[in-house]
Amino acid sequence: MITVAFDQCADDPRPFIEAAEPTHPSLIDSEHLVADLYRIVNVPTVVWIDEHGCIARPNDVAFGNDAFKDMHGIESAPHLEALRRWVKGGVMPLDKQEVRDLQIPPTMEEQLGRTEFSLAWYLHRTGRRAAAERHFVRAGQLAPHDFTIRRGSMPIRGMDPMGSDFAELYMEWVQAGRPYYRPIPGSKDD
Amino acid sequence: MIRNSFTLIDEGRVHVTPATMAGERVWLTPGALQAAFGWEVKPRGLCKDDRCIPVHGHGDVVTDAGVDLAGFAALLSRPLALDLEERVACLGASATDRAAKLASLDAPDFTLPDVDGTMHSLSDYRGQKILLVAYASW
Repeated sequence: MITVAFDQCADDPRPFIEAAEPTHPSLIDSEHLVADLYRIVNVPTVVWIDEHGCIARPNDVAFGNDAFKDMHGIESAPHLEALRRWVKGGVMPLDKQEVRDLQIPPTMEEQLGRTEFSLAWYLHRTGRRAAAERHFVRAGQLAPHDFTIRRGSMPIRGMDPMGSDFAELYMEWVQAGRPYYRPIPGSKDD
Repeated sequence: MIRNSFTLIDEGRVHVTPATMAGERVWLTPGALQAAFGWEVKPRGLCKDDRCIPVHGHGDVVTDAGVDLAGFAALLSRPLALDLEERVACLGASATDRAAKLASLDAPDFTLPDVDGTMHSLSDYRGQKILLVAYASW
């Protein structure tokens, strides 16, 4: 396993990482590079990569346990079971065309949103907070359902990612029909 | 036209160079374009590695004033985020390039630090099955 935290510095996820006592790499991605490369728009997102460096199962929402199942409605068991079958038994979850069909490619607006976010982050880091804010807002307008941009920018901007700004964002997303929220079945029989 | 120091960002690399500005337009010298983005102005067009994009028919991208930054980005179909007041521009990855890479099913490589600052690349773990988990403290 490799974990990647879309956090502005190591200190933000550090308590979670230390509690997990991981034997795997826990990486920090303050530039949201992996979000850009893999078109990740929310967390948690899992991607399976095989021994040859190929994507075996594309972006999906999956949780390691059922602690918050009542909130998001996703059972952890199907994904974990499929993962076990793949790791221990070499059972491929999907064929290559199914993987491609389940990928959601980025749009030009989303990529411009990510670029505005990168500009905002640079301006923030170099002390130009007012200018940074303009570009964080612009990024959110271009990619309104990208939580890595809209929610991910909140701690940077001194906003509470668990507070009313997030509640508004979440309602917008629900009213838009929960875009791209289509958990992949654990197996073809699910 | 005013000549000012301008910051250009491409794939995390930051480059500061003089640029010419007038209204909302920014021009780079061919030298600055190459230093910041790796693209050269050649008779057959704008070139990088083994790829060339003709500028004929793209009006005023390359003129005596230099290379128009927004025009250059549009020619490459890459997003450009620009702050004229702060004189910073960020050139992003094109949706087409990202989509093509994902459709190939090759997992894009990346290099990032862990909590202790040690760098790790995805390709370091080639030969193993990998569960890549993206999360955040938010």
